[in-house]
Amino acid sequence: MSTNAEVSGADPAFDLDRPWRIDERVAVRPEPFGALLYHFGTRRLSFLKNTTVLEVVRSLAEHRTARSACLAAGVSAATLPAYERALATLAASQMIRERPGSEGARP
Amino acid sequence: MRLVEQFELGLAAPICLTWELTYACNLACVHCLSSSGRRDPRELTTAECREVIDTLERMQVFYVNIGGGEPTVRPDFWELVDYATAHRVGVKFSTNGVKIDPGVARRLAGSDYVDVQISLDGATAEVNDAVRGAGSYATAIAAMRNLAAAGFRGFKLSVVVTRHNVDQLDQLKALADGYGAQLRLTRLRPSGRGADTWPQLHPTAAQQRQLYDWLSVHGEQVLTGDSFFHLAPYGEPLPGLNLCGAGRVVCLIDPVGDVYACPFAIHENFLAGSVRQPGGFQAVWRDSELFAELRQPQSGGACRSCQFYDSCRGGCMAAKFFTGLPLDGPDPECARGFGDTALQTVDRAAAPRPALDHSHRRPVRGQAGPVPVVIAPRPPDPGPPARVCDESPLAGFAGRSEQAVSSRCG
Repeated sequence: MSTNAEVSGADPAFDLDRPWRIDERVAVRPEPFGALLYHFGTRRLSFLKNTTVLEVVRSLAEHRTARSACLAAGVSAATLPAYERALATLAASQMIRERPGSEGARP
Repeated sequence: MRLVEQFELGLAAPICLTWELTYACNLACVHCLSSSGRRDPRELTTAECREVIDTLERMQVFYVNIGGGEPTVRPDFWELVDYATAHRVGVKFSTNGVKIDPGVARRLAGSDYVDVQISLDGATAEVNDAVRGAGSYATAIAAMRNLAAAGFRGFKLSVVVTRHNVDQLDQLKALADGYGAQLRLTRLRPSGRGADTWPQLHPTAAQQRQLYDWLSVHGEQVLTGDSFFHLAPYGEPLPGLNLCGAGRVVCLIDPVGDVYACPFAIHENFLAGSVRQPGGFQAVWRDSELFAELRQPQSGGACRSCQFYDSCRGGCMAAKFFTGLPLDGPDPECARGFGDTALQTVDRAAAPRPALDHSHRRPVRGQAGPVPVVIAPRPPDPGPPARVCDESPLAGFAGRSEQAVSSRCG
């Protein structure tokens, strides 16, 4: 995994400390390199480039915040900004969406 | 490893695949990639088509591009579309519009899982009908009007770029915009009947540059099916995956269930198997020797030393094959002109012929005589581009090191 993200400036609409989930119109297909995501509504594809980000995305709905999903998946503080940008990209393309605070969250 | 290199090694299942449901067609377009016209009596039955869809669902193929022929002339077409979408296999189908009446348009507008692609190869009836046949422009426009009236937003207007419509790109985009549709431009390949018409119809070198410049400005608003990656040496790579996906991320299922590496390669050299064999489509995708070979790292051959190889990847396999060029050399439309040079030395008559021909035996309307294409004098070749930055940080999303990147399909 590389962390030297060349695209700076995460989408301001994404907040790592809010609860998130995969959009219900999105299908997730694991692949050796990570996963493919397809949104049936927007007909857009996204590529997850490692299995950690796949684990983060899949577990979003079980965590109170995206940050907590990242930490639970073993994302280190040093690499967290790269994951934040990745999640912001997914939020901007409607692959993941914010969910109401308590919905489905782990106690 | 870059994502594009991962993809070249193949995926667990195609990202999307093309499924031509029938060779039957009411038209006889002069560049038809599948030489369609007459129905093949061995066509997959409804039950066999359902089995294919079951397999695609199991493999999590997100969507299929259904084409033909004219797929909507199959009596079970709507039934199969419903079956696919009920099984979470999205459908995008290509049509000349012949069956898209107001009722059908309303029904299509209601589904998230169905997308429609209207084929039109000119912004005017004159330019379009010369290639697609008399009346085909009016049919496509009526279909678009019906879709727009039914509230179907964002359907696709799909155009094969030719020597004769390349000057109409702005008009075509305006036409799509006017119906709330999205323009999709794809490359003319010398496949099917296109093998015979490509020399007269494919854009000249100067027009390719013009096309590249247009796409550089409008690329984010139009779809291209990633079909113009061979133009990358003109400047920055265009949006999209920019690789030949044949057997790696795409393939073709033809009307009789044969699986080919790509829709433009209907020839025994690219035949991987059949959905009718034991294990069905999944076994073909997973175990075919041809696909295994295509997923090996490619040498690049004569192109390897070219500074633009990383972005153009040697271009389109089918375009090389059916023009008689070696597969490990330049694309016939190589932006640096190497394809032109190669074409001058190759024996075109010895080029492989498309394997199947389901063309109508008699002329259909508007196709009574030879193709009325006008061959314009060839403008001087501008030569290779003077300056391109090989190490650009903006070299397409495939080069980025983000953990998640986004792209559009089709």
